Amino acid sequence: MIRLPIGVYVEKGVDWLTIHWSSFFVGIKVGIESIINGFEFIYIGIPFVIMLALIAALAYVTAGKRTAIFSVAGCLLIKSIELWEMTMSTFALVTTATLIALLIGVPMGIWMSRSDRLNKYMRPVLDFMQTMPAFVYLIPAVYFFDLGPVPGAVATIIFAMPPIVRLTSLGIRQVPADVVEASRSFGATPKQMLFKVQIPLAMPTILAGLNQTIMLSLSMVVISAMIGSGGLGDVVLKGISQMKIGDGFEGGLAVVILAMILDRITQSIGKSKKQRVNK
Amino acid sequence: MTKLEVKNLYKIFGATPNRVMERLKKGQSKKEILKETDHGIGVNNASFAVEEGEIFVVMGLSGSGKSTLIRCLNRLIEPTSGEVFIDNQNIMQCDKAQLREVRRKKIGMVFQNFALLPHRSIEENVAFGLEIQNQKLDDRMKKAHEALELVGLKGYEKSMPSELSGGMQQRVGLARALATNPDILLMDEAFSALDPLIRKEMQDELLSLQSKMQKTIIFITHDLDEALKIGDRIAIMKDGEIVQIGTPEEILKSPANDYVKEFVQGVNRVKVVTAGSIMKPADTLVYTKDGARVAVRKMKDANISSVFMVDKQKKIKGIITIEDTLKLINSGKDDLSEIIDRDINEVSPDTLIEDLIPLFMNSKYPVVVTDEEQTIKGIIFKVSVLAGIMGEEVVND
Repeated sequence: MIRLPIGVYVEKGVDWLTIHWSSFFVGIKVGIESIINGFEFIYIGIPFVIMLALIAALAYVTAGKRTAIFSVAGCLLIKSIELWEMTMSTFALVTTATLIALLIGVPMGIWMSRSDRLNKYMRPVLDFMQTMPAFVYLIPAVYFFDLGPVPGAVATIIFAMPPIVRLTSLGIRQVPADVVEASRSFGATPKQMLFKVQIPLAMPTILAGLNQTIMLSLSMVVISAMIGSGGLGDVVLKGISQMKIGDGFEGGLAVVILAMILDRITQSIGKSKKQRVNK
Repeated sequence: MTKLEVKNLYKIFGATPNRVMERLKKGQSKKEILKETDHGIGVNNASFAVEEGEIFVVMGLSGSGKSTLIRCLNRLIEPTSGEVFIDNQNIMQCDKAQLREVRRKKIGMVFQNFALLPHRSIEENVAFGLEIQNQKLDDRMKKAHEALELVGLKGYEKSMPSELSGGMQQRVGLARALATNPDILLMDEAFSALDPLIRKEMQDELLSLQSKMQKTIIFITHDLDEALKIGDRIAIMKDGEIVQIGTPEEILKSPANDYVKEFVQGVNRVKVVTAGSIMKPADTLVYTKDGARVAVRKMKDANISSVFMVDKQKKIKGIITIEDTLKLINSGKDDLSEIIDRDINEVSPDTLIEDLIPLFMNSKYPVVVTDEEQTIKGIIFKVSVLAGIMGEEVVND
């Protein structure tokens, strides 16, 4: 049996990229870093009480009373175990990764919805991105971006982007053909069709994709603590490496609370959209 | 004036439609072509012209190509070859922008399953066509409200489509098509998804709207009764071909081939055939100046027992019977005006058989057909009504 040297080729390719594209990667690094820092500055800069009020209000408006109460209780718990700043720094990383995943993923999804050929080629790529063990992304990310939150964000973006791409494409493809035809019959341009008909009707599905992307980012952000992205992942990692079960559990608990708050809020945004249409 | 004209329109579905055109022109059938080349024939050499203000119905069973045909008119489906003229503008030669302009300004379309935008309120749905033209919010809302009032949905402006019944949703669909004030309405099985009572109501409403608006309407349906009811003219399609074009009566009275004949067999003629088409010429008449003896002779010659009386301009005056005339002569008089019976039934030529039947139940005389000036046009006997219902010509007299 011949041993195909795939690993060697990947290594060589990565080497070549780090040498010849270094300024490109530096540019990206600086860009992403400043976004993360910006969010972190805002989240940590806002006094805890005000942040709490904002989260409660958002949860109340989108998901109702119970989620609002749960969110407040959860945030107070995080504050009391002194992990608020760590949580906010993780949240900043999640926000950044999700935002960039959206900026790339939604247009990609729209494009895929319009081209069967692109759809065919992209599907295995998306499968690859999503099912490749998440740790594998950490190594090249470190190669290109050193240690720190930036490679963590990049790995997270790659890992978390597939759902938003897939569900954007799916949502647009599921817009009833007769509605699209009716819009064409009234002389809608492709752009009008997209923004006035297809995206609004696909919105519940797109938001379901957003929800999944956020959840995947959060899980990846914790893993990326291994390459120094900081935040709650760091707390958990320290708990493991120093055998401090209590610390590790507290860090994990904060992750769970953050995940649940984000999940409930984003899910109910999608649901309320659907209900308005079908009521 | 011709509003819309279609000349030699073809639509072939498949990978190499142009090659299949050759086979089609050689006379191969839809079935053979599908079997040998895997190409579907949507429309096969359709030609017709629709007059301004006319309701032109295209009727056929499913798969006959009628929905494909209507979509070729605004190029929602791109025809394989042929020409479509609207106001003498060749739609096939329009570029994308021109075509959009035609769709925006000249053509409104109503769909079988309504195709409303579920995420928008009723008024926003109706204003959609205007919004696409980038009209100002105030203007388009004003026009949308007018259109909604026209279709009887005032007060539902803020509702969502899912809150409305099927019939009401289709009214919204109609209002949406009317809001841009197009000359031409394309209605694709517009009432087929509605239940029978609502459908009838919508048909009546369309006819009454049409009498006010005078749009040019192309209406697709698979329901012959619907076609006969609302169509000024009907085109019958089979396997992508138009097999006959004519008024409802022409199609019922002289079907072009066995297919159409079979189709129209089950039709309720009572609602379609008119007095004008079953009446007999009034060959025997007495005039006001005629005397009793002349009247008797005329009736005896024609072998009839009563005769209509008219004046010099052939205006109907009444009817006299042979018994009364003979009695008159026996009593030594001659003036027919003494025995004239003015209690006769007059109808206009476009009266339906449906409305003639009760007249015969209450009268022993034939019905007389007259125009607006009361001039006699013809006579209808009981037997002609029966023949009209059966769809047969009366060859007696």
